[in-house]
Amino acid sequence: MLASVSLYPARVVTADRPAVRTILIATALAFLILFLLLPLLAVFIEALRQGLGAYLVGITEPDALAAIRLTLLVAAIAVPLNLVFGIAAAWAIAKFEFKGKSLLTTLIDLPFSVSPVIAGLIYVLLFGAQGLLGPWLAEHDIKIIFAVPGIVLATVFVTFPFVARELIPLMQEQGTEEEEAARMLGAGAFQIFLRVTLPNVKWGLLYGVLLCNARAMGEFGAVSVVSGHIRGLTNTMPLHVEILYNEYNFVAAFAVASLLTLLALLTLVLKVALEWRSQHARGALEG
Amino acid sequence: MRVEIRQLTKTFDAYTALDAVSLDVRDGQFCALLGPSGSGKTTLLRIIAGLEFPDAGEVRFAGEDMVRRDARERQVGFVFQHYALFRHMSVFENVAFGLRVRPRRARPSEAQIRERVMELLRLVQLKRLASRYPNQLSGGQRQRVALARALAIEPRILLLDEPFGALDAKVRKDLRRWLRDLHRRLGLTSVFVTHDQEEALELADQVVLMREGQIEQIGSPREIYDRPATPFVYEFLGSANRLSCRVRAGLVDVAGGRFETPFGVAIPDGPATLFVRPHDLAVEPVGRAHGILATLTSVMTTGPTFRLQLALEHAEAELEAEMAKSRFDALGLAPGTSVMLRPVEFGLFPTGGSDPAVAIPILQTVDSHHREAAVA
Repeated sequence: MLASVSLYPARVVTADRPAVRTILIATALAFLILFLLLPLLAVFIEALRQGLGAYLVGITEPDALAAIRLTLLVAAIAVPLNLVFGIAAAWAIAKFEFKGKSLLTTLIDLPFSVSPVIAGLIYVLLFGAQGLLGPWLAEHDIKIIFAVPGIVLATVFVTFPFVARELIPLMQEQGTEEEEAARMLGAGAFQIFLRVTLPNVKWGLLYGVLLCNARAMGEFGAVSVVSGHIRGLTNTMPLHVEILYNEYNFVAAFAVASLLTLLALLTLVLKVALEWRSQHARGALEG
Repeated sequence: MRVEIRQLTKTFDAYTALDAVSLDVRDGQFCALLGPSGSGKTTLLRIIAGLEFPDAGEVRFAGEDMVRRDARERQVGFVFQHYALFRHMSVFENVAFGLRVRPRRARPSEAQIRERVMELLRLVQLKRLASRYPNQLSGGQRQRVALARALAIEPRILLLDEPFGALDAKVRKDLRRWLRDLHRRLGLTSVFVTHDQEEALELADQVVLMREGQIEQIGSPREIYDRPATPFVYEFLGSANRLSCRVRAGLVDVAGGRFETPFGVAIPDGPATLFVRPHDLAVEPVGRAHGILATLTSVMTTGPTFRLQLALEHAEAELEAEMAKSRFDALGLAPGTSVMLRPVEFGLFPTGGSDPAVAIPILQTVDSHHREAAVA
């Protein structure tokens, strides 16, 4: 055995026998088909079960349109906010040394470690009628819970880590030498950020925004707690799907669900494209 | 531009990187900050650049206080150890950066920028590579782009952090020569950091040897090499044999030999340490000279020179001597031969001072090359 190894060093040590390989691949494939591909197909099959007409009705009825509009609105507010927060946090953490840095890093991860339902509850406890700030808000006639602001807040909370998480390792890996070089050449802080820091992380940034957006549109738990499920007013797409499903309106439920699924697929394609781009860019840099 | 540094101190938490360092760099001088890692040389360079701020002390450019000036106002060219080229910009844009970020009033026109950048690229012999990206360049080419970029802002001083550290030996030699010529042509006051003594001695006209945040010796390469001020300098520059000895009335007793103390060296009577470089240790046949009796144990050759390992007769020690091939042949030496050793030039330092290198009365051969290889 030993002799054969030393005689044929070209044979990769980690390579298994063909049979083992086949079984492993088959298992993985079966798993993928069963748990990923079939449900995906099921969504579209169920959505189109009663024909294209019923499908279109499902996604164009006023409540569905309102849900789509609200989802887009929430994402349009939450994603830019988290883009700014994420860049600021990542920049601070990766490029500067300060006290409490590790605490900040931990805080950024908090939304990942807290259940979304709890995240929603936090806002109810803060801004709800019986909440800490509830009476004051009621006095000034500001509605947060069971209204759009609450949904936006919950979404911002849940999707906070995506951009920062994507940028921090990237920025840390790149270090601060290029920024220092720019400073020595006379660039100001803002010029350094725009001309040196940002271009170096643009692919990672886009990737983070993409994931952030996907989660913002798909978030269920936190939003469900703060929304109040008012049809046509505070229902986002995921919530709308749930309501339709509970009312046994399967075709409409799956029709709206198929839109979310399409969004997921689009995200996936863009993600692969971005990964390829950034790897390409980075690989070329190291080459 | 003259650079004056006065009583510069910098600590990082409990660690003292610079301890009251004072230094003058004359206008147009090429100054090397030499020292082992952790000696504070890079910190000193970064403080001159404005990338680090001292706890106390002064940095003056031509008499003007710089400590409170931001790096971007100092007009200092800095070449980073790993070049720090902007990876998403072409060579041209890298060099043009310093001109493009100027405030609108001071910014040259596009045509002027173009002209200036191409002129600099011609200077560093990279004109044809203007549209390449940093990742498409070799190490030596990147180094030259970094230099052109630093020169684009018409710096008053040029600072280089380990300029050849990341290059392989052959490129390093060529680039070293090229940089020295360039310095001669531009006459720009330059300071560079290195841990390579050969590099410092070959390039600089002033060498500043640093150790543990303090300056050990300042001088021309010749002064530093020929007259080391401390045992540390002796050991750091080239290799040196170290021997315990005793000084009495201007005479040195060492391992059975007796010599006069070097001219001009006043050293108190008592125990001392003698340093002698291998090529300053004369090897002579027994009987023809009086000196340190030793036996040749082994011989190594690098071609033109021979390195001899010699065991002393009257002390527990091995010394190393170096000689030309012709001399070795004339002596007709072979392992086992007894010889007389005589230090032609040597350094003498009283033992028992604050310097730990001297305080330990052991006899050994110190070779900084080997030590550095071990550290690396």
